[in-house]
Amino acid sequence: MGQTVFEPWNDPEAKPLIQFKGVTKRFGDFTAIDNLTFDIYEREFFALLGPSGCGKTTMMRMLAGFEKPTEGKILLGGQDIAPIPPNKRAVNMMFQSYALFPHLSVWDNIAFGLRRDRMSKDAIAARVEEMLKLTRLTQFARRKPHQISGGQRQRVALARSLAKAPKLLLLDEPMGALDAKLRTATQFELMDIQEKTGTTFVIVTHDQEEAMTVASRVAVMDNGRIIQADTPARIYESPNSVYVADFIGEVTIISGTARRSGAGYEIAYAEGVPPLHAESETHFDTGEPCHLALRPEKVAISAEKPSERRNTVKGRIIDIAYLGNLSTYHVEIEGGRMVKAQTANTRRLSRRDFTWEDTVWLSWSDTAAVMLKD
Amino acid sequence: MRRLTWFNATSLSLGFAFLYLPMLILIVYSFNESKLVTVWAGFSTKWYGTLIQNQAFLDAALVTLKVAVASSTIATVLGTMAALVLVRVGRFPGRTLFSGMIYAPLVMPEVITGLSLLLLFIGIGLDRGILTIILAHTTFSMAFVAVVVSSRLVTFDRSLEEAALDLGCSAFDAFRLVTLPIIAPAVISGWLLAFTLSLDDLVIASFTAGPSATTLPIKIWSSIRLGVSPEINALSTIMIGIVAAGVITASLITKRASLRQQADERAAAQQR
Amino acid sequence: MRRFALIALPYGWLLALFLVPFLIVLKISLSDTALAIPPYTPTLDLSEGWAGIKAFLSALDFENFTFLTTDDLYWKAYLSSLQIALVSTVLTLMVGYPIAYGMANAPDHWRPTLMMLVILPFWTSFLIRVYSWMGILSTEGYLNQFLLWLGVISTPLTILNTPTAVYIGIVYTYLPFMILPIYSALDRMDDSLLEAAEDLGCSRLSAFWLITVPLSKNGIIAGCFLVFIPTIGEFVIPSLLGGSQTLMIGKVLWEEFFNNRDWPVASAVAVVLLLILIVPIVLFQINQQKQREAEE
Repeated sequence: MGQTVFEPWNDPEAKPLIQFKGVTKRFGDFTAIDNLTFDIYEREFFALLGPSGCGKTTMMRMLAGFEKPTEGKILLGGQDIAPIPPNKRAVNMMFQSYALFPHLSVWDNIAFGLRRDRMSKDAIAARVEEMLKLTRLTQFARRKPHQISGGQRQRVALARSLAKAPKLLLLDEPMGALDAKLRTATQFELMDIQEKTGTTFVIVTHDQEEAMTVASRVAVMDNGRIIQADTPARIYESPNSVYVADFIGEVTIISGTARRSGAGYEIAYAEGVPPLHAESETHFDTGEPCHLALRPEKVAISAEKPSERRNTVKGRIIDIAYLGNLSTYHVEIEGGRMVKAQTANTRRLSRRDFTWEDTVWLSWSDTAAVMLKD
Repeated sequence: MRRLTWFNATSLSLGFAFLYLPMLILIVYSFNESKLVTVWAGFSTKWYGTLIQNQAFLDAALVTLKVAVASSTIATVLGTMAALVLVRVGRFPGRTLFSGMIYAPLVMPEVITGLSLLLLFIGIGLDRGILTIILAHTTFSMAFVAVVVSSRLVTFDRSLEEAALDLGCSAFDAFRLVTLPIIAPAVISGWLLAFTLSLDDLVIASFTAGPSATTLPIKIWSSIRLGVSPEINALSTIMIGIVAAGVITASLITKRASLRQQADERAAAQQR
Repeated sequence: MRRFALIALPYGWLLALFLVPFLIVLKISLSDTALAIPPYTPTLDLSEGWAGIKAFLSALDFENFTFLTTDDLYWKAYLSSLQIALVSTVLTLMVGYPIAYGMANAPDHWRPTLMMLVILPFWTSFLIRVYSWMGILSTEGYLNQFLLWLGVISTPLTILNTPTAVYIGIVYTYLPFMILPIYSALDRMDDSLLEAAEDLGCSRLSAFWLITVPLSKNGIIAGCFLVFIPTIGEFVIPSLLGGSQTLMIGKVLWEEFFNNRDWPVASAVAVVLLLILIVPIVLFQINQQKQREAEE
């Protein structure tokens, strides 16, 4: 296709739109953001992911201008934005509660920001119509916020914050109030709109699936720090820490000590059982404690001991979670540890191969597990 | 994050100064030595002394208390019943008239309520005295009780009552054992409201009181129409003091109760 | 049976002590003054049966209402009541809104105390609160003493026994009625709405006019009615602070009844007062209804 991959963060020439430079934010004794330095590029769809209280909302509010950094600088297009009040920033925000003005119609809500810019009446009308069309709200223009559904309200909030064509759009848990089904549909819609408008989006969410779906890059946050900021695939497949591995998706963590062996490592994790094998780009000293992060879908489950793989362990099925498309088995392996293994239910009405208390063999390849430092 | 801005601080302090300065002045000048209320002539408690010896005031205070206790108690019973009817009983003949009569006294000018009741009492030949004041006060204050209690009843979770019925209570027992204890704070504040309204009322009492029974507001009224008097200042101070003590105690009790509930909930959450 | 008793008891009480008395007022307003006890005619004599009722009905007329229109005291009193109520409602709003706004924006842990401070005057005697201004506003009162001491004025101002004193008294006594509904409207407002307005380019002041004021509209309307309606029939404040200059209908009714002992005219005054009040009361009811529906 000849289309270049969108990866400005790997391009040393690319100029970031937003730069956090040693930003710290304290509320009294509490440090919400701890000495943060990183960049967000133009046209990116950047997700801030983390549990509540990790500082993601504070970061967003600093970008919008409702909070000022205690230390450090935030640059937007190379310019320090600290002295610019929220009403003068080329940044708009979509609020978690949507914050739609209940006394104004959908149309007037969307026009609200444009009117502040003293645009001509015709220009405002044209822009509002454009936004209504973009968010498929044209027929609801005259309604008040309480006369439309939750999903429509969400789109009004989006249209309102996009109307001023901001350089940067902040979305605070934009799907938080929607039900699961609507949420998935909305996620794709959001990506579509982001692509169409070419606006840089920064989304705050605690839903990892949502972050993985919509974002070009995901920053996993904890305690005011970004633990890892990377593409969804790399976050999932190459987490840089136990925290990230555990936060994103399902995982079994097996802790042990590493020993160099050939191209990879042997990991001793329990007395009297053979060690596990894994490969890693990071270097581990012999005897160094390490953690193996093992995704359940990479673990095969069988009745007979497989011969082709080095990592095989015997265990007993304790629990089965049937999810329709998948089944997850919780297997207690020798030494008492629990390992999760997942199989896809590709055939309908197939007789279930394994049941509770069955003795089974688990196996995975040398590259399946990720070795993580303590 | 709410911060007290300069503007808000100013409006609050000016506003509360306006609300409280007049009463403060009243209290300060009740300790004035001089008979001339506007001239400060040194600290004295002598007006409290003369007040206590004024038998007419004491009699009026006693009448007022009797009327207030009786009328607020009857009004609480009737008002709670009326609230139950308004919130719980669906359709019945004359419902519109009923709810109209409940709410009308809230907006009816006191002069009209007083006049109409007086005309009734004269019409049926009832001698004016304590009884007529009690009847009059009950009628207008039950509306206030009904409003307070019904606003609580509206938010009352009916499944609690249904649970009681399910567990074998009769309808009356369910009300007595479940509903009433839960709405009790509203009933009590309804009673307090009725009580203060009765204590406070001048106009309706003036119409319905006879020579045999004079309430404190009527007594105060006849003496302040002639101008400011140090004795009334002293009386006002006592009344303000009682009310302030009552309201502050009540708010401390509710605050302690809510703090205790918070502490309990926290402890329970930690046990989990 | 219990249900019947539950309805019948309060219903009966209100019929006997609220509706019937009012019908009596209506009836007497249509009767004539007489030098008798009771001082009006006709009196209904049911012992004469149907003829008695007929004689009674034929004796009723609108003479008293006609009288109200001929003597300009009455319509002047009505007009001046309306005017005083209107002006003092606006004044109360102007004083009350900043206080309610300050309360709604005060730190959370202050609010219960501020709330208590607003409600406390409710529980103190109305009469005493009005009375407290007599000492302040009189010619030799504290306000004049203070202003003379400051040197702002050289001769004492006459405030007591003027409409100004009535306005002050009404604003003072009815202020909590204005503050509370506005406060509850402001308190319910979502802070993120103001942030959203700011985010979309509003200054603080324009956000106040475009968002805060419209959203507290229902509180403002409720507060204004709560001040306006009782003020029209107010008696104590004009009597104590307004002097003979201030004409208010509540005072006229009182004097007609107690001083002139003209019961039919007093009743007619009451009926007209009630008719005047119906309009704002109905408007208030509609507003409350709308608000309740909006909340659901």
